[in-house]
Amino acid sequence: MRLFEYEAKEAFRKVGLPLPPSGLASTAQEAAKITGDLACPVVIKAQILAGGRGKAGGIKFADTPEAARETAAEILKMTIHDHQVRRVLIEQRLEIKQEIYLGITIDRSKRKPVAICSAMGGVDIEQVAEKYPEKIARALIDPILGLRDFEARQLAKNAGFEGKTILQVAGLLLRLWQVFIENDAELTEINPLIVTPDGKFIAADARLNVDDNSLFRHQALLERVGAGISEKTKLEQQAHELGMTYVELEGNIGIIGNGAGLVMATMDAVKYYGGAPANFLDVGGGATADRMCNALEIVLSHPDVEAVFINILGGITRCDEMARGIIDAQKTLPRDVPIVIRMIGTREKEGAEILAAAKIPFLNSMDAAAKRVVEQVTKRE
Amino acid sequence: MTILVDKTTKVIVQGITGREGHFHTKAMLDYGTAILAGTTPGKSGQEVEGIPVFDSVVEAKKQFPEINASIIFVPARFAADATYEALDAGLKVVSLITEHIPVHDEMRFVELARRQGSYIVGPNTPGIITPGQCKLGIMPAHVFKPGRVGLISRSGTLTYEVAASLTEAGFGQSTALGIGGDPIVGMSFVDALKLFEADEGTDATVLIGEIGGSAEEAAATFIKKHISKPVIAYIAGRTAPKGKRMGHAGAIVSGQTGTADGKIKALRNAGATVIDRPIDVDEALQKIL
Repeated sequence: MRLFEYEAKEAFRKVGLPLPPSGLASTAQEAAKITGDLACPVVIKAQILAGGRGKAGGIKFADTPEAARETAAEILKMTIHDHQVRRVLIEQRLEIKQEIYLGITIDRSKRKPVAICSAMGGVDIEQVAEKYPEKIARALIDPILGLRDFEARQLAKNAGFEGKTILQVAGLLLRLWQVFIENDAELTEINPLIVTPDGKFIAADARLNVDDNSLFRHQALLERVGAGISEKTKLEQQAHELGMTYVELEGNIGIIGNGAGLVMATMDAVKYYGGAPANFLDVGGGATADRMCNALEIVLSHPDVEAVFINILGGITRCDEMARGIIDAQKTLPRDVPIVIRMIGTREKEGAEILAAAKIPFLNSMDAAAKRVVEQVTKRE
Repeated sequence: MTILVDKTTKVIVQGITGREGHFHTKAMLDYGTAILAGTTPGKSGQEVEGIPVFDSVVEAKKQFPEINASIIFVPARFAADATYEALDAGLKVVSLITEHIPVHDEMRFVELARRQGSYIVGPNTPGIITPGQCKLGIMPAHVFKPGRVGLISRSGTLTYEVAASLTEAGFGQSTALGIGGDPIVGMSFVDALKLFEADEGTDATVLIGEIGGSAEEAAATFIKKHISKPVIAYIAGRTAPKGKRMGHAGAIVSGQTGTADGKIKALRNAGATVIDRPIDVDEALQKIL
């Protein structure tokens, strides 16, 4: 999960990473008061769980508390990439001599954390990596030993720093490593890390993505997600609470299946025959009738859905349970759309009997079912 | 001939008294897997399906020194500890079924396993099956039949889908395994390809990949250099958008990395046959074998 910038900065502050003087406001009045307490000018930044806020107008400057009040009021009314702005972070504006990039993430293929350092900060690091690969230094970190001081110094040196600066940058890298470890991070970044004209290092922006699977050891975050504040859409969150994975897509054919790989393959099969999936929904292993019923409700809550493809391959999931869930759901569903079912595997015979009694047809082949569901949608058009 | 597990494999089930552990112990015993012991801390002296329960892997090994493989059903927050326990007891094959293990834990035990030369299959895997000999997993056994095709996959149900078409077309499997759906897994496609290449009982390998990471690209590089047996590949998630996790923690396209197109291209360049639909696997094999 992605953390708000101010949450990431709280984690930075805990380990002693240098930050600009700041305050968090949820009203224009608070913004004016905070600005009065800071030295002007200030920068006012929308706090949302998505990137690209600068381009969308979510970062602005103000020279007086009065200007900050007006600007904050504007930003607090904005919705950026479907995320409503509820808070702004107000920070003293910094003078910039140089911008540096520091980051730690996971190298999946090497199965280790990797620290990244570049003297070209302040821009998208992936673009820097593409255009000037020599400007980026990387170091794989032993996950058991952790980042050691000499490795951090070498990394700083490889990024082109010299003399005493090597020690300063290495010190910051080690603190960032502490953030990475203590927060079960998938990614943590300072971009840019600013060097002021008087030679001070300050983290102007902060990014921290925490591993969803580690939330049981991060109670505060668990509570925030529990309160519905996350980057997930409402339906995605609802599915998550019911133990399913739902991802909204752009098409009009609802997809339900058991197992992530199977659901992806189902989407691809629909696309193969010219259809467009409206979602990804994995009911998970060993799902019950109730869960299938909930899954159908969630998929049909998406107004674009014109037909649904249910693909069940029974392993630990039982076909009879799924069939019962489909029948229960059909009794209560708000909309009547064609549903194409493919069902094979554990308790297939029992499942088939249940569906036959309710006069609901089903197929054995995923391919044939994909073709049929696409036909259903094209027929309507 | 097979890889990783066969009829001589002696198994311990960690988390044997839990709902999943108990259920699958019975299913594995029914299949003929040689399970000698189980563990659940604090429950030594009990029995599950006639199998004795111990407090720890080390204690079970005292009584059954021949145990050489483990299957783990322990809940996510305790699974890393269970894995360390299995590695510490010197087990060479650990089938780690548990899903949702924190990725930092995964990096640590995967590194530890690498250092001592043990194989962790998973996490978040259906496990391993050598049809007719040993099932160290949770897969529905009836879709697998003994034969000469190796099967490796990042997905559970999709493995069953492909295994079912293989079996129906008369292509049995030497060994089938899920390497797991998480961003960090122990055994890789490359590790498995290496074993299948060396295995006299395997004529060809079917590789089922999906979006996210670069395991398939690494496999492609390895195939080009070191694999002489035919490889047939299927990649799931061609229609998945960028930046969204498709169920598996590892199934996410980030930036330019992890796209289905990139993987398909890499595998084709390496000489693998890439199929568009799981159903096409039979035809592809018939052409090759």
